Amino acid sequence: MGAPKREEKQSWLEARFPARRLWRDHLANYHVPRNLNIWYLFGSLALLMLVNQVLTGIWLTMSYDPSAEGAFASIEYIMRDVEWGWLIRYLHTTGASALFIVMYLHMFRGLLYGSYKAPRELVWLFGMALYLALMAEAFMGYLLPWGQMSYWGAQVITSLFSAIPGIGPGLAEWVRGDYLVSGVTLNRFFALHVIALPLVILMLVVLHIMALHEVGSNNPEGIEIRQHVDAEGRPLDGIPFHPYYTLKDLVGVAVFLFVFCGVVFYFPEGGGFFIEAPNYAPADPFTTPEHIAPVWYFTPFYAILRAVNFSLFGLEARFLGVVFMAGAIAALFVLPWLDRSPARSMRYKGWVSKVMLGVFVLSFMALGVLGILPSTPLRTHLAQLFTATYFAYFLLMPFYTRWEKARPVPQRIASP
Amino acid sequence: MAEHGINKARRRFLVGATSVMGAVGMAGVAVPFVAAWRPSARARAAGASVQADISKLRPGQRMTVEWRGRPVWIIRRTPEMIARTQAVSPTALADPDSRQPQQPEYAQGGLRSRRPDIGVLIGLCTHFGCSPLYRPEPGAAEARGGDWPGGFYCPCHSSRFDLAGRVYTNMPAPTNLEVPPYRFLSEAIIEVGEDGEPG
Repeated sequence: MGAPKREEKQSWLEARFPARRLWRDHLANYHVPRNLNIWYLFGSLALLMLVNQVLTGIWLTMSYDPSAEGAFASIEYIMRDVEWGWLIRYLHTTGASALFIVMYLHMFRGLLYGSYKAPRELVWLFGMALYLALMAEAFMGYLLPWGQMSYWGAQVITSLFSAIPGIGPGLAEWVRGDYLVSGVTLNRFFALHVIALPLVILMLVVLHIMALHEVGSNNPEGIEIRQHVDAEGRPLDGIPFHPYYTLKDLVGVAVFLFVFCGVVFYFPEGGGFFIEAPNYAPADPFTTPEHIAPVWYFTPFYAILRAVNFSLFGLEARFLGVVFMAGAIAALFVLPWLDRSPARSMRYKGWVSKVMLGVFVLSFMALGVLGILPSTPLRTHLAQLFTATYFAYFLLMPFYTRWEKARPVPQRIASP
Repeated sequence: MAEHGINKARRRFLVGATSVMGAVGMAGVAVPFVAAWRPSARARAAGASVQADISKLRPGQRMTVEWRGRPVWIIRRTPEMIARTQAVSPTALADPDSRQPQQPEYAQGGLRSRRPDIGVLIGLCTHFGCSPLYRPEPGAAEARGGDWPGGFYCPCHSSRFDLAGRVYTNMPAPTNLEVPPYRFLSEAIIEVGEDGEPG
């Protein structure tokens, strides 16, 4: 009696909603290369952190007051008076930094194994759009505690618009809704942070994963597994995502959560990098903190902005800095069209690619450190040097990837 | 013919016309949404002029008033401070004679003020809007050491300005500090935000 009834119920659902087909196409019958290594955990970890941000964010919204008068006090209220409020807030602040850590590792994996190359250009573009949207999300979220660093960070970044010749000052005023960052700015950043950008981000996640599942995952060898399939069209070097990679990802999640919870419980300020010390003082438009530095995940681009202290082509240094900073992000977008190597993975590319990737990672990290430190003439010169090597990785890529000799990529993934 | 075949030209025209009208409608709908981001009537009203009493401002001191949410500094320069500011070599300054449009006409020239002893400046660095620190004493440590004639030092990106708000050369800040419109209502009262005739 029970069995047919259940079947009937499923077919009723199946006739109205493709639940089973979605399950098959995206999990049980979605084939993934069998040689994915530890670098492939960070995509699902990024998704986990995004879920954490949404969940803790909704709970924070319940006790937060988005007004210039009440914002700072409401954060203290959450920290001291709301039951478990401190945990929910630390999960949110640590989650933001953790999301950027796993995202940077996830992007490095893409550079390492050429995951941006054809036919995965759109996967990369949607991913980069996600990165951009998350940077905007993080920046606007950082204003909400209405601390000194919130305030002055927002003041510096919204001033970037005023560097644009002609329309600049009016544009900055339009973004702030006032003659300088004020409660009006706080209100609109709150709206963008909790509604507008999360919607955009969730939509981009769907697009990113849809584009990925259309072409399938790359792998450390950069071999296209869908070129060798069995009679039923299943890749010979593939295994179903579920249960093989869902379980593997769960192990990664367990290890990650150990570290994550360790930070949440024992170092929630992340040594001043996750929550900066000046942010424990309420925003004061009349006093600038002695040293303004953005949160760590923005510092490489901030260092590029500061490194440009010269004029070029009649462009003022201030505007040129903004152009360079935007260019540093834009260069990542066009990466799929800069790499002319026949091989995807660094394992089969030539030595120049390997050296240049090393130079790029070193430049990015050095710029990150320089962006945190107060500037001195020596540090400005260093930042200029690393800005040059950062751009060299992209601008020279069409030449060295064509010039160097890549090793032939095997047809099949070798058995271990 | 028209009953059987499809009149492609007419269809193209109709699709095109509908699309254009749709786009015009969308642009119209966008106007209130874009305009809603501009400073509101309340923010603009809060940007009205403010008055400051400078009778208690002692020589060498600075006071800060808020105008349009921005800090406006009023400093009373001593004869020595004026002499030191006028002694700064023009080649060390990016815009020694205030040619850039960073001040009202009456505040052009070396001291950038209506009265040599009273300086009025918007206290935000022209680089990225931090508020520079007041370091009027010669040789202030973090500013420039020995030959510092007194002025303003921005802690964000180390821009330096003299006591007239003029920026030194090769600083991140591209221009002199802004001078707001202001007038003297009497010997002791300054109104910031109004040009008018000097009182």
